[in-house]
Amino acid sequence: MNLVLDPLGYTFFVRALAASVIVGLVCATVGSYMVLRGMAFMGDALSHSAFPGVVAAYLLRVPFYFGASIAAVGTALAIGWVTRQGKLRSDTATGVLFAAMFALGVFMFSLIPNYVGDLFGFLFGEVLGIGLGDLVSLAILAGLVLGTLALLWKELLYATFDPLGAAASGLPVVRLDYLLLALIALTIVISLQSVGIILVVAMLVTPAATAQLISKSFGRLVLIAGTIGTLCPIVGLYCSFWLNSASGATVVLVESSVFLVVLTVTMVVARFRHPSVAPAA
Amino acid sequence: MRGSFGRWPLSATADRSPHGAEVALGASAGGPMEAVGAPSPAIRLVGVTAGYGDRVALEHVDLEIPVGALVAVVGPNGGGKSTLLKLIAGVLKPWTGSVEVLGAAAGREAHRVAYVPQAELVDWSFPVNVWNVAMMGRYPRLGPLRQPGRADREAVAAALERVGMLDRARSPIGALSGGQRRRAFLARAMAAEVDLYLLDEPVTGVDVPTQEAIMELLSAEAEKGKAVVATTHDLGAAVKHFKSIVAVNRRIVAAGPAALLTNPDILSQTYGGHLLVLGENLGILDDSHHHDDPAGTERHFHDDQRGGRS
Repeated sequence: MNLVLDPLGYTFFVRALAASVIVGLVCATVGSYMVLRGMAFMGDALSHSAFPGVVAAYLLRVPFYFGASIAAVGTALAIGWVTRQGKLRSDTATGVLFAAMFALGVFMFSLIPNYVGDLFGFLFGEVLGIGLGDLVSLAILAGLVLGTLALLWKELLYATFDPLGAAASGLPVVRLDYLLLALIALTIVISLQSVGIILVVAMLVTPAATAQLISKSFGRLVLIAGTIGTLCPIVGLYCSFWLNSASGATVVLVESSVFLVVLTVTMVVARFRHPSVAPAA
Repeated sequence: MRGSFGRWPLSATADRSPHGAEVALGASAGGPMEAVGAPSPAIRLVGVTAGYGDRVALEHVDLEIPVGALVAVVGPNGGGKSTLLKLIAGVLKPWTGSVEVLGAAAGREAHRVAYVPQAELVDWSFPVNVWNVAMMGRYPRLGPLRQPGRADREAVAAALERVGMLDRARSPIGALSGGQRRRAFLARAMAAEVDLYLLDEPVTGVDVPTQEAIMELLSAEAEKGKAVVATTHDLGAAVKHFKSIVAVNRRIVAAGPAALLTNPDILSQTYGGHLLVLGENLGILDDSHHHDDPAGTERHFHDDQRGGRS
């Protein structure tokens, strides 16, 4: 019995592995911008707002990507717009809108005569059941997100670091903000099947947060986050296969463990470098 | 008094509500104002009122700043210094009136404008080094499809050389002193090869040698025919290093040569009760640590490494 090779004999495992790696990479890349902008809460909010879209798509028998994209991108733009009116803080606008959207999803769900197991998959993720068609859609959407970031990485970086300076020098900062929101929403849609609505935020934020502890340049941050985001799903999926545990949660726990280890190591190293806080004369 | 060059000190002090008075600044080296028919100004504000939400920050501003000017914008906190800068930068739209910059509506010639934010508004833990920051100055001219090339690297290296930060190019911005941080941002502005510099508090809280070095660079840029507009809390620095000043307190109180700031009437009109005039050109401000016009989208970070501020 081979712990590594045996699972690869199953088509569903190979598909799940491909989906998880793509999802991990896209989440970590988009998440790098999110942690620098303090948008972790926004990630959580947008994933919850995709729920009514998923339920609607189920009821209308259309691919869930359509419903989830419309709901998440729509909510992202609505949050951006409400915040820009200046009457409410952005986290307030976010809290109100995402809770309403999630409630709408639960409401619609409760009206379905016979509760369906599929939809629970969207709450907690069920990557092992991903079909070939879904995998292809996922890969295309992932390519779209990563391609956009490849084109606009430096504009987004400037607008993240110094929005005023970037706007004054002519970068369309407001449009870039909306674009990033849309990219986050799309990334969440891509991730729904793998990790589910509740846990997507971990996939987005944890790799980048880990990378932030040990990188001093943006390039390194994205590289390290991307590596963590790609490797952790592989480890997590194997663990899930052998332990027969929930795949999404296992992947998230692997990422969280890496974060914890890196955090501990950096704290120990810092302690060694600056053994005491004795005031220098 | 409209447009009465040469008499502005009187107009600014005698008229207690000088809005509507056309104020303009001379570009000549601290000397008397030049004639009215000067070449088209770098900046022209006409009848501008602006603010945030429903709060007015500046009203009835008429102001002209010529090409080659080296101008300090002074005034109390919340007096509209940063607002004036943002209007000129085109990142804040006026409620009324018009803002013309480099011959076009504000924001139109943005690639010829560099804006350096207050140090307090910068996230110094952001994972970028000095080189990265200076390179950002090149991004707007590159556009989304092009990556930085040789010309960009040369421009960045030259700018870092000028501000004396080339040997710190690989340092993370968080590891720099307050003065080095300002110089890194100044390098970004210089790498952008612009015609107008807008700087929010470029010399606040930095040591005197760095202050002098920064002002020397800005002065050289002004002499090359570029316009430099900087806000400052430091009246001493304004008098010493700038050729002209604009004193704002919700409106333009005075505009003209830097020596205007030795006029106690102008000082008391600008600062109201916040300023204690001690002598001919010495005043004490009691509001050294507040933030101008914090907009909802701005982040607020303190520069812990700079140590105490007076």
